[in-house]
Amino acid sequence: MNKIPPSEITPEHVYLNRRKFLLGLGAAATSLALSSCECPQQAEPQPATAKPAAAESTAEEPAASTKPPQASAETDELGDPLSSFYDISSFNNYYEFSLQKTDVASLAKGFHTSPWEVEVGGLVGNPQVFGLEDLLAFGQEERIYRMRCVEAWSMVIPWNGFPLHKLLEVVEPTSDAAYVRFETLYDPERMPGQRSSILDWPYVEGLRMDEAMHDLTILATGLYGKDLLPQNGAPIRLVVPWKYGFKCIKSIVKIDLVAAMPDTSWALYAPNEYGFYANVNPKVDHPRWSQATERRIGENGRRETLLFNGYEAEVAHLYDGLDLKANF
Amino acid sequence: MAAHKLPRLKIAAHAAALTPLAVLAFQYWHGGLGPDAVGETIRRTGRYAIVLLILSLVPTAVKLITGSGLLLKIRRILGLYAFGYVILHLVAFAWLDYGLDLQFLLPALVSGRRTLAGLSSLVLLVPLAITSTTWWIRRLGKNWGRLHRLTYVASALAVLHYAWTFKEWRVAPTAAGVILLLLLAVRLPPVAGLLARWRGR
Repeated sequence: MNKIPPSEITPEHVYLNRRKFLLGLGAAATSLALSSCECPQQAEPQPATAKPAAAESTAEEPAASTKPPQASAETDELGDPLSSFYDISSFNNYYEFSLQKTDVASLAKGFHTSPWEVEVGGLVGNPQVFGLEDLLAFGQEERIYRMRCVEAWSMVIPWNGFPLHKLLEVVEPTSDAAYVRFETLYDPERMPGQRSSILDWPYVEGLRMDEAMHDLTILATGLYGKDLLPQNGAPIRLVVPWKYGFKCIKSIVKIDLVAAMPDTSWALYAPNEYGFYANVNPKVDHPRWSQATERRIGENGRRETLLFNGYEAEVAHLYDGLDLKANF
Repeated sequence: MAAHKLPRLKIAAHAAALTPLAVLAFQYWHGGLGPDAVGETIRRTGRYAIVLLILSLVPTAVKLITGSGLLLKIRRILGLYAFGYVILHLVAFAWLDYGLDLQFLLPALVSGRRTLAGLSSLVLLVPLAITSTTWWIRRLGKNWGRLHRLTYVASALAVLHYAWTFKEWRVAPTAAGVILLLLLAVRLPPVAGLLARWRGR
């Protein structure tokens, strides 16, 4: 009950320095390979070198956020180019801040994500409260994923994070645990969008146990080699690349393992339009619009939407025998 | 005096209707529409079309409420600009978004009630735009007024199309719907009769 959060045990400057050092190593190793980074828009607002920015940085502003964006590849596995860091960080569906995608970044600016705790409990043998540094200790691997919004637009994003199953294994789910329920921070003071009752706050999402344990499912703490920005769901968010974007809950503070399918925010709001599964499927239209194609942000012309967002080989077996139309 | 007033009102209407287009075009060419320039172009042309459609219903309502027919002079201008933005909206959708790829475009136009409502609204507006000339008004006589009552249906479909665009309930389309209903309510014979009697007193 009176557990001391780990984030209070490790002095902030120590872990920040540790991260700065690690990220510095990564930057040094990749900077040579990145001389031809084709992101003209994002180069502008950032210093050409990390040096002057690093000198200015304080404990509140980790050096990582001033580093130039970096990814290990220029395309996803299908050969499609990554969305620019500028696009990813200035076009955001995040109703806790604004309904207007291009307003989220400015409204989320200064959103404090340190200290941050994620309480993991429910049907587990080893419930725990994780500080952000504990979550970062799970490691940070890069995952280049397509992100398909239910509104029929998409991006390709190089996330940094770790598979959710690593965290779930630590808390030891009991045999009754069939679903994972996630909750976003509820704090209308800091999240102005929560002052209007568009959705029933806090935002809740969920996954079936096998979906949660799938290796493609990650908790992301960064993108393009930088700390996650508030508009992208800092400090930690879910990424399930074969499902519509609204499943990828942001700024998570609570993870519970539960026996019954949790009520999720959009499914509660409009049960006939948004289902629990929300698997990307070009053959199952939204009642009001087609899901057959999508607009990749920054492109003209449409792309065909792929079943399970192109991750069919990896995840289709999870839904063997399930009617995907009925279980949309 | 009256001859001087008339063009000024019309010039103002032209300027007001063209300004958002000029801003949109400038921002489009200068990358000022944000990451989703295509979507933003579609959204803005649609919004302007709805605003102008609703504005085109105002002159008659004002006439019925106050008895002043002054604004009727710009009713055609407003209606035609509304139609112009509807066409730009469709062009942005078909060309910028779908790259005129018929294989994707045709199914998209008829799938889902969002696009169906928008498309029906556009189709209904075509004969209205064609018959907006003085020649057609004379030729159709009484039937012109009857034909142009299709504006009510087209506007209502446009507002539904707007509302169905969002995942959730929004203020803007709801406000547009309420304003539209009020503008149409004053046209109902009993209401219009009441207003006329009230003015006569």
